[in-house]
Amino acid sequence: MQMQPPTILPAPYDLPDAAGHFGPYGGVFVAETLIQALDQLREEYALYQHDPEFIAEFERELKHFVGRPSPVYHARRWSEQLGGAQIYFKREDLNHTGAHKINNCIGQALLANRLGKKRVIAETGAGMHGVAAATVAARYGMECVVYMGSEDIKRQVQNVFRMKLLGATVVPVESGSKTLKDALNEAMRDWVTNVDSTFYIIGTVAGPHPYPMLVRDFQSVIGRECLVQMPEIAGRQPDAVLACVGGGSNAMGIFYPYIPYPDVRLIGVEAAGEGIATGRHAASLSAGRPGVLHGNRTYLLQNEDGQIIETHSISAGLDYPGVGPEHAFLKDSSRAEYVSITDDEALAAFHKCCRLEGIIPALESSHALAHAAKIAPALPRDKLLLVNLSGRGDKDMHTVAERSGIRF
Amino acid sequence: MRIDQTFAALKGAGRTALIPFITAGDPSAAATVAIMHALVQGGADVIELGVPFSDPMADGPVIQRSSERALARGTGLRDVLAMTAEFRKTNAATPVVFMGYANPIEAMGQERFVEAARDAGVDGVLVVDYPPEEAGGFSALLTANGLAPIFLLSPTTPETRIAAVAKLARGYVYYVSLKGVTGAANLDATDVAERLAAIRRHIAIPVGVGFGIRDGASARAIGNVADAVVIGSALVQTIADAGPDRAAAAAGAWLQAIRTALDAH
Repeated sequence: MQMQPPTILPAPYDLPDAAGHFGPYGGVFVAETLIQALDQLREEYALYQHDPEFIAEFERELKHFVGRPSPVYHARRWSEQLGGAQIYFKREDLNHTGAHKINNCIGQALLANRLGKKRVIAETGAGMHGVAAATVAARYGMECVVYMGSEDIKRQVQNVFRMKLLGATVVPVESGSKTLKDALNEAMRDWVTNVDSTFYIIGTVAGPHPYPMLVRDFQSVIGRECLVQMPEIAGRQPDAVLACVGGGSNAMGIFYPYIPYPDVRLIGVEAAGEGIATGRHAASLSAGRPGVLHGNRTYLLQNEDGQIIETHSISAGLDYPGVGPEHAFLKDSSRAEYVSITDDEALAAFHKCCRLEGIIPALESSHALAHAAKIAPALPRDKLLLVNLSGRGDKDMHTVAERSGIRF
Repeated sequence: MRIDQTFAALKGAGRTALIPFITAGDPSAAATVAIMHALVQGGADVIELGVPFSDPMADGPVIQRSSERALARGTGLRDVLAMTAEFRKTNAATPVVFMGYANPIEAMGQERFVEAARDAGVDGVLVVDYPPEEAGGFSALLTANGLAPIFLLSPTTPETRIAAVAKLARGYVYYVSLKGVTGAANLDATDVAERLAAIRRHIAIPVGVGFGIRDGASARAIGNVADAVVIGSALVQTIADAGPDRAAAAAGAWLQAIRTALDAH
């Protein structure tokens, strides 16, 4: 079967289809043992996604526990210095636990509760999703096990401690490259073994159907708020929405509500690491090929034999060889465009944001900021760029200090 | 085709099929072909050849490490096809089934892979992460080329799905006897017998059982109720422990003991 890239965006946009496909991407590529659990999750979600009581509880939690809505903020000084388009931030960094990840964890934990599952598992790379999962597990009284690559554990000691404080068990993963993808493999193995008792809280818009859809739906509160906030603060909707893309959950969260707005450009920013040409990067959409991993068909960084290759990024949260299948579809259909930013460019934007705006952004989000800063100067001053500032940079102090030759 | 002939002959003789699994390329390509021949000597009726993958999500630690060793030696899908062709030079009778993950096949292209597999003398293909929902086109390709699409059934598979699998499956189906990854423990033969009865209401082809079978006793317990016994992690561990020079001899002798136990009923 030769894959034909889809070029037509359905109107109204109604993906995925019933089988979880976004054009040729997505789907349910898992071992038989998990099919039943995924069917059950799909059925339960279909039941609750329009249930007023479920929605009300989700919104109540987002308001009182997470602190939503998160503000939209005009980065006036930085925009002024760049001398072109006006840059706005969607402040997901102000959420409880410090990033957008918590939105999805609340939604999935509420589903887990309704399914009667008392044990939740999660994978994590930088640790932000692990912290968010541990947080909701504490909040709802569930047992929580987080799988984390042993390499990432070394890089993110503080987040590991946070998870433990919250009562989670953090299991180091020693297989493969000992990073996020291996943590995902290990979480899948746990799930296949404990499928009756356990709910798997996937942290991004990847994995088998229905995960890419439900994570997107829970995260799309970000974009829905922007639809209201942008006209309030800027007088109209933005000309472009930018977000960093690892697995792609913060990007789908802000893109999705904007898909029906054809005048709004959607720009996903991948991690070019040390440069695409060096091979040391994590830009699956920019430099990968379609394949099957972690339950879905999508763009993957792989060698000729179809083995998944190791990725590199200064930000652990973007250090993933795949990407959510909906991004693969949005790329092929040209509804969204995908670019990449190097470690150095992201770091430069990180420092600019600290000095000019008084906001310490996550290194992940710094990739989106860097691209906004790159394109803003060439645009007229009345153009509006909305950047999803998906998380705060507290977790990155060690990485940034090390890069600057500083030791604590 | 070879798989059907093999099961027909076994049925005539009143014997249970013994299906060993090994990871191709561990400890080496040459060793793999030698191990395959030794397994046939030791009583293998079908050989499942694991195609190494960087992210073996359904495998336990023994086969994960084995895959990592094979990958470290550069073993790819093309090499596994070459090993099969080499094996076929001196063995025209024993079916070979590939077991692995989707992406190496996707990278080669499904059509190219199926043709190459047919030419190399492969008899069946089991792709762990191609459930029937995603395997329609691939199964049709295999069947059209005389290869058997092998599917997994699990303790969580409802009867309605078993019927759906029956439509696509050829050769035999592989019942995963427990919830978990390869190499896990805690196998319940009584439970397996009940599940097999449900499976046989829908599926006419032979039913093999694997995951959790590790020695003569567990093989025999399952052999009493299944058409085939699949044994993987324990054999892969035996090969790893034996070292490259003794791998084939150790594998053959180890399987012989299982064969003896299996035939003792």
